[in-house]
Amino acid sequence: MTLLTVRDLTVEFRSGVRAVDGLDLELDAGQVLGVVGESGSGKSVTSLAVLGLLRDARVGGDIRFDGQELTALGQRALRRLRGNRIAMVFQDPLSCLNPYYSVAFQIAEAYRAHHRSTRRHAHRVAVRMLDRVGIPEPERRAKAYPHEFSGGMRQRVMIAMALCLEPDLLIADEPTTALDVTVQAQILQLLRELREEKGTAVMLITHDMGVVAGLADQVVVMHQGRAVERGPVRDVFHHPRQPYTRGLLACVPRIDGPLPDRLPTLGAAE
Amino acid sequence: MNLLDVRNLGKRYPVRHGLTRRLAGHVAAVDGVSLSVGPGETLGLVGESGCGKSTVAKLITRLERPTSGSIHFAGRDLAELDETALRPVRRELQMVFQDPFSSLNPRQTVRRILTAPARYQGLEPQEPVEDLLARVGLRPEHADRHPHEFSGGQAQRIGIARALALRPKLVVCDEPVSALDVSVQAQILNLLKDLQDEHGLSYLFIAHDLGAVRQISTRIAVMYLGSVVETADRDTLFAHPAHPYTRALLSAVPLPDPDAERDRERIVLRGDLPSPLNPPTGCRFRTRCPKAADRCATDRPDLRTIAPGQQVACHYPERTP
Repeated sequence: MTLLTVRDLTVEFRSGVRAVDGLDLELDAGQVLGVVGESGSGKSVTSLAVLGLLRDARVGGDIRFDGQELTALGQRALRRLRGNRIAMVFQDPLSCLNPYYSVAFQIAEAYRAHHRSTRRHAHRVAVRMLDRVGIPEPERRAKAYPHEFSGGMRQRVMIAMALCLEPDLLIADEPTTALDVTVQAQILQLLRELREEKGTAVMLITHDMGVVAGLADQVVVMHQGRAVERGPVRDVFHHPRQPYTRGLLACVPRIDGPLPDRLPTLGAAE
Repeated sequence: MNLLDVRNLGKRYPVRHGLTRRLAGHVAAVDGVSLSVGPGETLGLVGESGCGKSTVAKLITRLERPTSGSIHFAGRDLAELDETALRPVRRELQMVFQDPFSSLNPRQTVRRILTAPARYQGLEPQEPVEDLLARVGLRPEHADRHPHEFSGGQAQRIGIARALALRPKLVVCDEPVSALDVSVQAQILNLLKDLQDEHGLSYLFIAHDLGAVRQISTRIAVMYLGSVVETADRDTLFAHPAHPYTRALLSAVPLPDPDAERDRERIVLRGDLPSPLNPPTGCRFRTRCPKAADRCATDRPDLRTIAPGQQVACHYPERTP
């Protein structure tokens, strides 16, 4: 069943910059869609458009989520949807967390925004979620403030916050880019488990082809606001049809396989 | 004969607390690091954030003064020298930084930036700015522009040109490609290799990206919490990593291949890096190590040679088949 359909999406900023230029996307329930591209390709702007978070831009096209046309919804209806049915995890967890409140309070706050619940119950939900995302001693750590957590633990808090409402769709925008590889491996493992367990669909936005290869079912390669290639992840990685995709895959220095003397480069990239 | 020989390098920073700035202890950012770089060689230095790799770069270039150890470079011990004595050494020892924009003065033209090294040394420029630009793949007309007129990759080329202006022997590159898009990374890595072939340069290449390090290095040193845990020739390190941390690090790098990703063995480490303020006793990796035994809590392992060209600081290294 198709959960999210984006048709002919365009996003134009007031400066006249067209960040997204006629993009089509489709994401089935329970699937992971990897959206890859270099900086400026429009991948993050796409996710903000889906969430209705672009105030100062002209957004054109259709965004249909579970049968509902999002572009037609008002702010109130969008707010009900955000967090509840579509949640988001961003790259830098520290700037997304409020330094003045404990982590459990912030998770509970997200829960209470969408559920009639006592503070005590919401707190219990928060502690359970902290436990689920692998924070050791969740009862005790619940009272901690964001600055007391490492980068990896903060990202776990963001994931706990996003998943406490059991959304149908999780939009993860470079969720591991700010993390070290060993911590990245932990977070990717967590996302794999949660996806198995809850069947949450994930739109995974990243520049890292390795992260996509390890997590996504489908992949869309973006370049200059357009999708240049799309398909099941194995087809796109093993038989890329477009020169841009081939270049993007070939220019990543790898830790396995033959070692080229020089890396192939994308001609017009710089 | 090595160009650079670092022995037991250490750097401790005081940690102060409260209004009175009371001394609360010391943090050992670098703790007994030994490295060497031969002529024309590239030593890759890898590790995660907080492992001390950037502090090593600052100590070797003497932007910071080490608290212990020696840095033998071109016949002198840099750890002993004062600023006046260091100045001529800096002609031969240059640095390329991570963020090309914050390391270029936004108010100066490229011409002024590229002639600065000679100016500070009281020398005539070694070659016209236009020739220097050509060597890093930029055009003569770029000389009279300002840094903001360039893309990130071009700005990094300017940073590299500045490092080359005095014809150094060793260039310390601290995360030179991590701020760049993958396609631009590839161009900069190729450029660094070409320049090495052309001028016989040596590099100390510091990065957290193991793919980039493999692409450019002849030998690699892996750091964890202030110390080197393994050094090996490039191919040995990737084919037969011996330290459990190196193995975990390699298994954590996502491969851009869905089949390989699905089938590979994953070593997911528990927890986070311990605080360097209060490091574990014995082996510093033991709190996250899947192989930790009683001995690891009491005896700190030294680097020892386990195979030709491979040294590892572990009581229970993985055997080479």
